[in-house]
Amino acid sequence: MENMGVMLALLGAVLAALVAGIGSAIGVGMAGEAAAGVVTEDPSKFSKVLILQLLPGTQGIYGLLVGFITLTQIGIMGGSADISVVKGLLYLVACLPMAFVGYKSAIRQARASVSSISLVAKKPDQFGKAMIFPSMVETYAILALLISILAIFGISGLSV
Amino acid sequence: MAENLYLYAVARIRSREQALLSASFLQQLISAPDYEACLNMLREKGWGEKESDDPDRMFAAEREKTWDLMRELLGDVSVFDVFLYGNDFHNLKVAIKECRSRKRIPDLYMDQGCVPVEVIRKAADTGEFDVLPERMQGPAAEARRVFLQTGNGQLCDLILDKAALEAVYGAGKQSGNEFLALYGELTAACADIKIAVRGAAAGKDRDFLMKALAACDSVRTDELADAAAEGREAVAEYLERTDYHEGADALRQSLSAFERWCDDLIMKKIRPQLYNAFGLGPLAAYILARENEIKSVRMILAGKRSGLQEETVRERIRETYV
Repeated sequence: MENMGVMLALLGAVLAALVAGIGSAIGVGMAGEAAAGVVTEDPSKFSKVLILQLLPGTQGIYGLLVGFITLTQIGIMGGSADISVVKGLLYLVACLPMAFVGYKSAIRQARASVSSISLVAKKPDQFGKAMIFPSMVETYAILALLISILAIFGISGLSV
Repeated sequence: MAENLYLYAVARIRSREQALLSASFLQQLISAPDYEACLNMLREKGWGEKESDDPDRMFAAEREKTWDLMRELLGDVSVFDVFLYGNDFHNLKVAIKECRSRKRIPDLYMDQGCVPVEVIRKAADTGEFDVLPERMQGPAAEARRVFLQTGNGQLCDLILDKAALEAVYGAGKQSGNEFLALYGELTAACADIKIAVRGAAAGKDRDFLMKALAACDSVRTDELADAAAEGREAVAEYLERTDYHEGADALRQSLSAFERWCDDLIMKKIRPQLYNAFGLGPLAAYILARENEIKSVRMILAGKRSGLQEETVRERIRETYV
């Protein structure tokens, strides 16, 4: 059980990348189906719907970032991987906001993207406004990313 | 989630909706100088087949385009069978009439249906209706027996029309889809009210009306039959106590005004689907919108052919979906 701390921290890093990544995969897939429908009818809208399709993909990147930072902090990417159980648990908890908010926000953002793709299909000149609706959901993924990163950096300075 | 199954299909429908005929286009069509000019305007919109000027063929081609698109998008379009039940029962009526008169009347059959015309024809010829879907078997056997024994075409139609309405209403309810359930309910209720008004005008008694009216949630058939037995004004008064109270004035005006009000009501109810990016609703709404525009174009062309005043045609035109 001497490596329990590292195991818990690693679990946190994996969850952040895995769960947020699954959310993004589902979201980009949903928006991609809608985008393909619009391009089937009007190929000239490809670039517009592509941007809308990519929006739910950012949560996966944030999850990867949180996972990567955690791995570097706990020494798995190099250095000493000797951390206490408490610290490992703290890293796990720090990764959870990104994991769960990332998953949920990716799917909700995808629904907003799909609706915006419908909007662009009918009114391509309203692309700017169509971008804003799914982008609003991004706010909460960014907040989760911030809190996860701040917590991870804060934990490294603790002597527990 | 099931609603995520139709993302591609709905996105394509969103693009196709732009090609639906708008209210302003229908106004231009009404204002066109003559029948030929109307046909040219429709051809420019991509309607019909190149080699034919026959409006019936044009409408059939437009319907076929809609169903081809649905088959392409969904593969299995049985979820929309509810829209075709009416055609099946119509074909059954024609087939039963044919088997008594021993004359073929192919022009009266409708191509779009859940059951192939030949199957219906053969069943009506032989009286073996077990090849038909269950919803059609009982009414078909009864209608054939009544028609062959009495020669009463009205009674035969009454049995099959009621069965068609019950099939649409039942299929809508069983679909588990809110939109299809609403369609089934509105179809049955509006048809009941129209039957009641026609029955009142023809002086039909309560028993006859009870046989003709199909049960649904928003209209009580016994109260409607009572009202119809008293006359049109009593039907309008009954309507004022139902969800369809806004249609009472149209009903007092004329039956055609009420028919238009019913079609407009369906358009109003389906219009929220224009803003829905998920589920089957937008696809179903598109099918109804196409049917609605075909109905409007048919009226305009008929008006142009018979030289009706523009204002008269304009009064009969339905609201558009887009």
